[in-house]
Amino acid sequence: MSLVAGEGSNIVAEAAERILADLADPQSINQTANGAWKAPLWDALSNAGLPLAWVPENLGGSGAGLADGFAVLGVAGRFALAVPLAETLAAGWLLARAGLEAPATPMTVAPVRPHDRITLDAGGTLSGRAIGIPFAREAQQIAVLAYRGSEPIIALVETKDCRLADGRNLAGDETNVVTFDGVRPPRSGSAPRHFEQRSLLLMGSAIRSVETAGALETVLSLSVAYANERVAFERPIGKFQAVQQNLARLAGEVAAALAVSSSAADTLAQAGVADDAALLEAASAKIRTAEAAAEGSAIAHQVFGAIGFTKEHILHRFTLRMLSWRDDFGNESYWAAELGRHVARRGADDFWPLVASR
Amino acid sequence: MTAHLQFDPIRLPPECDALRTEVRAFLAEESAAGTFDPHQAKDGDAHSRAFSRRVGAKGWIGMTWPRRYGGHERTYLERYVVTEEFRVANAPVRVHFVADRQSGPILLKYAPEHVKQDILPRICSGELCFVIGMSEPGSGSDLFAAKTKATKTEGGWRINGSKIWTSNAHHADYMLGLFRTSPPTKENRRHGLTQFLVDMKTPGIAVNPIYQMTGLHDFNEVVFEDAFVPDDHVMGEIDGAWKQATSELAYERSGPERFLETFYVLLGLIRALGPEPDLRSAEGLGRLVAQLHTLRRMSVSVAGMLHAGKEPVVEGSIVKDLGTIWEQKLPGRVRDLAAFLEPEAMNRATLAQQLAFATVIAPKLTIQGGTTEILRGIIARGLGLR
Repeated sequence: MSLVAGEGSNIVAEAAERILADLADPQSINQTANGAWKAPLWDALSNAGLPLAWVPENLGGSGAGLADGFAVLGVAGRFALAVPLAETLAAGWLLARAGLEAPATPMTVAPVRPHDRITLDAGGTLSGRAIGIPFAREAQQIAVLAYRGSEPIIALVETKDCRLADGRNLAGDETNVVTFDGVRPPRSGSAPRHFEQRSLLLMGSAIRSVETAGALETVLSLSVAYANERVAFERPIGKFQAVQQNLARLAGEVAAALAVSSSAADTLAQAGVADDAALLEAASAKIRTAEAAAEGSAIAHQVFGAIGFTKEHILHRFTLRMLSWRDDFGNESYWAAELGRHVARRGADDFWPLVASR
Repeated sequence: MTAHLQFDPIRLPPECDALRTEVRAFLAEESAAGTFDPHQAKDGDAHSRAFSRRVGAKGWIGMTWPRRYGGHERTYLERYVVTEEFRVANAPVRVHFVADRQSGPILLKYAPEHVKQDILPRICSGELCFVIGMSEPGSGSDLFAAKTKATKTEGGWRINGSKIWTSNAHHADYMLGLFRTSPPTKENRRHGLTQFLVDMKTPGIAVNPIYQMTGLHDFNEVVFEDAFVPDDHVMGEIDGAWKQATSELAYERSGPERFLETFYVLLGLIRALGPEPDLRSAEGLGRLVAQLHTLRRMSVSVAGMLHAGKEPVVEGSIVKDLGTIWEQKLPGRVRDLAAFLEPEAMNRATLAQQLAFATVIAPKLTIQGGTTEILRGIIARGLGLR
């Protein structure tokens, strides 16, 4: 038995929780017109060693385990965090696969879409384009998985050397198309055996699913609190069975997201990203949490009515972010097709043994 | 703040692997010998006393119960493995399953010692079939509206009235039934019901069949006319059955049987699609796989919490709510995904047969053992809404 995101059981996650409660309160951030809150928050996260939690100490990180990092991401999801903490964690993790040192600055990773492919030519120059790179504009470096022929290479590039197109996700976070043509990475190294673009996508999928489950937890508690407060027809709307049934469905979606994402995180923490277990777990987590995000968001907005549709209310910080996260690292349709093909190839007789192996 | 939902990533421990191998080998032998056909949807609902006795002989009934009552003192997680493998194989467990899942544990908790000594070992050997007597013509989900009376008499109680929708009553040796021993009070409408163990051979009990829309006979009406139940067959507190119900719910509601009842159509679909499905089928199949994996991880997590002595009532209700809706929708999803297969595609005929059965039984899945609406009421209470 192992605990990944068990509340109160993880010191690193508790540290993250304290910092975010102080410096990333959704209510306060929602009322701020500019991004002035970001710098002090990032400093506090960095001082606690959180952005480089997945980088070993000898490569400049704080060397925490994968499980600790996932617990931090669950907390980040509960705050709908809008700085590149998850992306920097992922970038540091990717660089460490090739034994590359991580800089102590905000980073992001590329590619995050399955059909984007970045190549490295014999002269050591990158080319290719990556769509939907989260926080590229705010990241000083990008950890890249590129191919030199069929060989996967991990490289660190300076964002300023790349061409960025403006763009934002549904929640208004910087999300950019990054073009790498002619960029020469200052550092690069071979990926380990069996590490492919899919490995990065699976890791990213586990990350997004843990964040989504966290966001859903907050969406549920906000919705229940509101249903108990808001009076209509002379009683709190939470006393109406129609509302209760919807909130029970929301709880079901939250429960599904928590279960499948913590299971995926636990799997990657124990056994890495290379085998069938990683595909079943991380792909399922991405698919099911994306479904939960859509269903859960719709229910929560229905509970809140008009007030939840305002800019002033914090609900959209959670719902729009988790709806956006569906598109990163392979959307649910992509992974469903991959998982479906995988199961079909194995055949009916091997299907239940695969499910029961987890 | 809301009650925190907990679904830790619990894994079945290594001792479960050897057990699983053993169970699979046993089921393969049984199906090879013709006891049941894994592809024949109906077989999972069949009654086979001989099969249940062989399962008992393997030590797979009453697995978690004390040895002195014929049990095997194995873990709740080991029982989980046996339950899911039997369900997935479509093995006929109806004779012993109710006794194993819920009647036995109630006897263990509330029956007098000599009754335990008499009955529990016979459940473990697969000899006894139990029926649950809860619903009545005037009370279904509203359990506490039950009217069938138990009236005190010399040395025991006389029962009059009727129970309905009693699955297996025509095969059952015993009923665990809920009967009215006092009227409800003004303060507590749940007061006044008592749980009894009833020998189905007692004079004054008539079992009348009610055929289901599947054409099969599972339901019954059980009519009591002055049926005598001795004092030592009272289970727990007189008038206080309402206090006894809740802790069993998590066991009853979160098991693998709550999302695997139509599993055979998914296997049938994988067979019919073959190794290289088109994009639409692959995507549809992948979603079903992800949803099933999620349900199983939730269910194992609840099993682990039960194993650790917790009472995850809300989590258990969530597993049943999501699980039964999923298994109910599964035949329709599979039908959609198989829609464009060539009629002569491999295994298409078997799949059609499986789909026909699953589609007809689907409506019951969100009714039996606690309706969707009741479950969501329990979840809403757990969230602090009522």
